[in-house]
Amino acid sequence: MKLLKSLSIGIATLTLATTVASADTLETTIKNGTLSCGLSTGLPGFASPDSNGVWKGIDVDECRAVAAAVLGDANKVKYAHLNAKERFTALSSGEVDVLSRNTTWTATRDSSLGVNFAGVNFYDGQGFLVKKDLGVKSAKELDGATFCIQAGTTTELNLTDYFKANKMQYTPITYDTSAQTIEGFKAGRCDALTSDSSQLYSLRTTLKDPSSTIVLPEIISKEPLGPVVRQGDDKWFNIVKWSHIALLNAEELGVNSKNVDEMLKSNNPAVKRLLGVTGDIGKNLGLDPKWAYNIIKQVGNYQEIFDRNVGKDSPLKISRGLNKLWKDGGLQYGAPIR
Amino acid sequence: MMKNRKKPQSNVAFYNNPEKRAIIYQVLALAGIFLFTYFILNNMFINIEKRGINTGFDFLGNEAGFGIIQSLIHYDESNTHGKVFVVGILNTILVSAISIVFATIIGLLIGVGRLSKNWMISKLSMIYVETFRNIPVLLQILFWYNVVLASLPGPRQSLSYFDTIFFNNRGLYIPKPILESGFIAVFIAFILAIVAVVYLVKWAKKKHENTGENFPIFFTSLAILVLSPTIVFFISGSPASLDYPALKGFNFRGGWSLIPELLALSFALSIYTATYIAEAVRAGIESVPKGQQEAAQALGLKDYVILKKVVLPQALRVIIPPVINQYLNLTKNSSLATAIGYPELVTIFAGTTLNVVGQAIEIILMTMAVYLTLSIIISIAMNYLNKKMEIKER
Repeated sequence: MKLLKSLSIGIATLTLATTVASADTLETTIKNGTLSCGLSTGLPGFASPDSNGVWKGIDVDECRAVAAAVLGDANKVKYAHLNAKERFTALSSGEVDVLSRNTTWTATRDSSLGVNFAGVNFYDGQGFLVKKDLGVKSAKELDGATFCIQAGTTTELNLTDYFKANKMQYTPITYDTSAQTIEGFKAGRCDALTSDSSQLYSLRTTLKDPSSTIVLPEIISKEPLGPVVRQGDDKWFNIVKWSHIALLNAEELGVNSKNVDEMLKSNNPAVKRLLGVTGDIGKNLGLDPKWAYNIIKQVGNYQEIFDRNVGKDSPLKISRGLNKLWKDGGLQYGAPIR
Repeated sequence: MMKNRKKPQSNVAFYNNPEKRAIIYQVLALAGIFLFTYFILNNMFINIEKRGINTGFDFLGNEAGFGIIQSLIHYDESNTHGKVFVVGILNTILVSAISIVFATIIGLLIGVGRLSKNWMISKLSMIYVETFRNIPVLLQILFWYNVVLASLPGPRQSLSYFDTIFFNNRGLYIPKPILESGFIAVFIAFILAIVAVVYLVKWAKKKHENTGENFPIFFTSLAILVLSPTIVFFISGSPASLDYPALKGFNFRGGWSLIPELLALSFALSIYTATYIAEAVRAGIESVPKGQQEAAQALGLKDYVILKKVVLPQALRVIIPPVINQYLNLTKNSSLATAIGYPELVTIFAGTTLNVVGQAIEIILMTMAVYLTLSIIISIAMNYLNKKMEIKER
């Protein structure tokens, strides 16, 4: 079936490629009334179903923000759940219009896959999860260890680099989805699980006894994760890019889902431009003047999204770290809306 | 018949002539297919070009940069994607070949078992077939994998047998023979033993035809095959040593290892495919007229001789064609390995390599070509066998 799935994606590439490239993504999205968005197959905090089966997470909110900006309704999103191997094909074949699936921005992907990275919604790095009883305190002690990895990720390549640089040996077991990866780790098939550290914290919450494991201190790579769109549709690229930037600017200006209505009356010219009270940013993007208002009202600002999905209000409790705003010492820097 | 009737109507317009019309329609259909294919391919290339997606097969020469847990040929991270392709094909062939052998053995036993006069054997065989045939094979693969893993201890609590064979959740570890230069003599002895067995079989057949006496071919052959290389091995001063697996750091090193992914996958594929082969065997045996069996019984032949010499040779004509299909299915089903991380073609080439280089079209086409080639090879081999099994009219 897996082969069949890949084959059908291959064929979809052949046929869909014929129609999609010429189409205007904004136009078709408005016509369809829904945004088609590619998510992961399930990763708590980033994209996973809650007890009612509604998908929640940072990556989900990224898509909801775009839907709010384009369609005025954050709920008008159709999700496709893709594994790491399928994601780019699904995007370039037109199966999804935005890929919001903890995808690392790399030079190869940006330059050879026909895709554009529209921003970074999570600055991440690859780490290691091990069982405590193994007695390992540092990644440098993992010589000869077996690793559970998700196939088709930058993780596989980083691991090779790291072990080569430190002259160590390793054995990889590569699974299809992150759920299978954690299953392999649970069953003791591998000594350590390696992935982006955000994922490690996320997967750790699915263990029966999370405290029996530790995340090692080493971060062996840079993993800027963010939404991806197809190349060749600059209008759409701009929309996705600025929907994300609007989230950052809203946090910086102190606009959130609760106070956004009052903020419409704010005297701060930056807030007025953001919320479409003045200026014609919305028009330039091909959107409603209230595009950013809709995002903030329905989805919240970056801080709200972060806190409720992965931060202090979530079971994951990941600290903001690199994902703080630039003025707080982090890397999140929203280009000015003016 | 048709021809005779049409000849006098040669003054009919060509488009009303059924024979010519049939040709015209086929030519049109073919042209339509060609046009459609051309249109699709052309559009694809234009769009790929527009999007700036890389094309071509240059990626096969680039460094792969990721590890693979099991390879039949030497492979490390600095090898190319081309080599990943080869490693993937070999691993696919390995797991398919192992599973085909076991599926055939189990299938044959169960198929014969269903027709057994022993009530218990026949019912148990039926339960086996009905159970494993009706559960999706992917579920079975996941089930066996999780069962295998769950039941095995970690490397430090390995099950061990005289400290030479170890079994844990990283695999089965056995000592690996290191061959020295003198080993060639043992190899030659083995080849000679095979030649001797071939002659022995011919001789025994002739003797049987001339005198009707039976010669214990099987046990004699086995003795020749095992004993002669063994004797030569000791005479030439044991030119091999064993590399024992030993616990080092996190895991065992040295020796030969069999990873649990391979065990679980071949187990699941064999058990699943065996149900279909069993049904084919049953159908084949039931197709042999009862009279044949009764006649053989009347001659006083033993049950297993009847099965081996009277029933199976006739049944094989019915059995082989559906079994070809099952071998093909099994080979294709091996791609489900990607769920449990066994590194075969779809997992490492259509999976990891595809994601590293992103050239879906080339990689999927290459993968399809491999399965097509494997299928054709199996099909040709089995059809050849089928031809040989046909009843020879004398």
